[in-house]
Amino acid sequence: MDLVAVLLDASRAALGVPAAAYALAAIGLNLHFGYTGLLNFGHIAFLLVGAYGTAITVDAGGPLWLGVAVGVLAAVVLGLVMGLPTLRLRADYLAIVTIALGEILRLLFRSRPMQPLTGGVRGMEGYADAFYAANPYTAGARYGVGALTFSGNTLWVMTVGWGLVVLATLLLLLLVRSPWGRVLRSIREDEDAARSLGKNVFGYKLQSLVLGGVLGALAGIVLALDRQYVNPDFYLVVFTFFFYTIVILGGPGTLAGPIVGSVLFWFIIQGTESLLRQAINQGYLGGLIDTTDLGAVRLILAGTALVLLMVFRPQGIFGNRRELLLDER
Amino acid sequence: MSVEDPRPAPPDSPALAGVPAEPGVPKPDPILVVEGVRRRFGGLVAVDVERLEVQRGLITALIGPNGAGKTTLFNLLTGFDSPDEGRWTFDGQPLGRTPAHRVARRGMVRTFQLTKALARMTVLDNMLLAAGDQRGERFLAALLPFLWRPQEEASRARAEELLSRFKLDHMRDEYAGTLSGGQRKLLEMARALMVEPAMIMLDEPMAGVNPALTQSLLGHITALRDEGRTVLFVEHDMDVVMEISDWVVCMASGQIIAEGPPATIGTNPAVIDAYLGRHHGERSAT
Repeated sequence: MDLVAVLLDASRAALGVPAAAYALAAIGLNLHFGYTGLLNFGHIAFLLVGAYGTAITVDAGGPLWLGVAVGVLAAVVLGLVMGLPTLRLRADYLAIVTIALGEILRLLFRSRPMQPLTGGVRGMEGYADAFYAANPYTAGARYGVGALTFSGNTLWVMTVGWGLVVLATLLLLLLVRSPWGRVLRSIREDEDAARSLGKNVFGYKLQSLVLGGVLGALAGIVLALDRQYVNPDFYLVVFTFFFYTIVILGGPGTLAGPIVGSVLFWFIIQGTESLLRQAINQGYLGGLIDTTDLGAVRLILAGTALVLLMVFRPQGIFGNRRELLLDER
Repeated sequence: MSVEDPRPAPPDSPALAGVPAEPGVPKPDPILVVEGVRRRFGGLVAVDVERLEVQRGLITALIGPNGAGKTTLFNLLTGFDSPDEGRWTFDGQPLGRTPAHRVARRGMVRTFQLTKALARMTVLDNMLLAAGDQRGERFLAALLPFLWRPQEEASRARAEELLSRFKLDHMRDEYAGTLSGGQRKLLEMARALMVEPAMIMLDEPMAGVNPALTQSLLGHITALRDEGRTVLFVEHDMDVVMEISDWVVCMASGQIIAEGPPATIGTNPAVIDAYLGRHHGERSAT
């Protein structure tokens, strides 16, 4: 067994583009769930509209910056569409509407009538050329330390992705420590109490939903730039629950939680996959599982890790245990 | 329940001297005037108030048996529920169908029967949250701390003052969820005061509070009146009602069935009927 190779694979994933993009998406979801108490089960839809907003705009001949702007604007609209009818109602209605809207959008974008616009099941490509043309690194070269290297193109997406993560975290740092953030936390605790003290709960929930959604859209754009290809089936409901895993792993309602959660999530996912793959290839598992089962087995292992975390550290890595133990009378 | 033997009550408030003790009676200086408010839940008429006036600057108690509609009336007046019909004015301005947060901003703040301390926020944050018209609560201004810091400092000073008045200052940095039931009641009252309301509505402020703390809560409620605020409170404990209220309103089956100064309300036949059942007097008159 080559454990060094396992560690390299795991580290590459933990620092790579998906980790950055998932961290960004999780920061948005953390604003919803961790700080405001909103149950958004359709976060992946924000990634979808971000990615497709960009791809469709560039495909229609627009510049990339306009595409990004359209993607972000689409997330604002989606946030309003999700929030306006549901945020006055009990929390579960938002959960229902978001999970449904996520699937509706995915099915709509892959449907035949939408094919001229979205490419349907074939997806879209070619929208990221301007992005890679602006790459300050040498596209073909390898950058990194020792054996841990990334191509120039990947490093460019990583720079943008992690840069956005840093900016989003700074933004949230300012927001959650302000009276604005205090109102959000009061809504998470008890929205009737917030209302009785003169806070426009609906308005704040909507702001939270839209801002978190925009961060989700940016994550979707980063992922789409990395893949240089979008397909509606990249936006399955299950990804929303990966983001929840990350938020809960790191500790909901903490600033560093989503970042560390994402890094750890990818480290575990990729590390277990790499480990299993070696074990299978060298016959250690005696044909119990083969490489085609890897996708499922690594999720089982990641799930087990999450269960263990919930048992031994239910507040997440950065969460405050005292906070968790308070009853919510 | 001691409706039948009212304790010696404080002298009637001079402001309401000469106001007849009958349901819906006009007051000389009402801060709240309720007209024809009805709320139905299916076939049940939970609230059916023809007219109710609440005198400014006094403590009015709202009593009545369980299910009389007291809390529903509170919910309606404070915007937490909407009536099927009816209107009311607060401080001379119509207030019907106003969302709860606007009602609070207009100066009518409520507390809850089941205390709503914001458990995973500190006591001080609970207080600071309640300050009105905060610049830092606007999204863009929140990003520029120098815009709201001075206001925040002023709120903090006011919060500290209230916390020491309510003897919670030693708990300032604790999570509100660690407070005892009684301390939560105190916190909720102090927090309501951060809004600087003209009228404060307390829904069963004494429920589940030990006798020692009851006395201190009573002191705090009379202090609210003495600093010029109007208090309307729902209470079941007649001793409490007799001790601190200036005027008592009794509800039963959604309607106002009696009003009057505390000294006489306990002997009002309508009130006795409501609490003990009709014909009670006839049966037990031996």
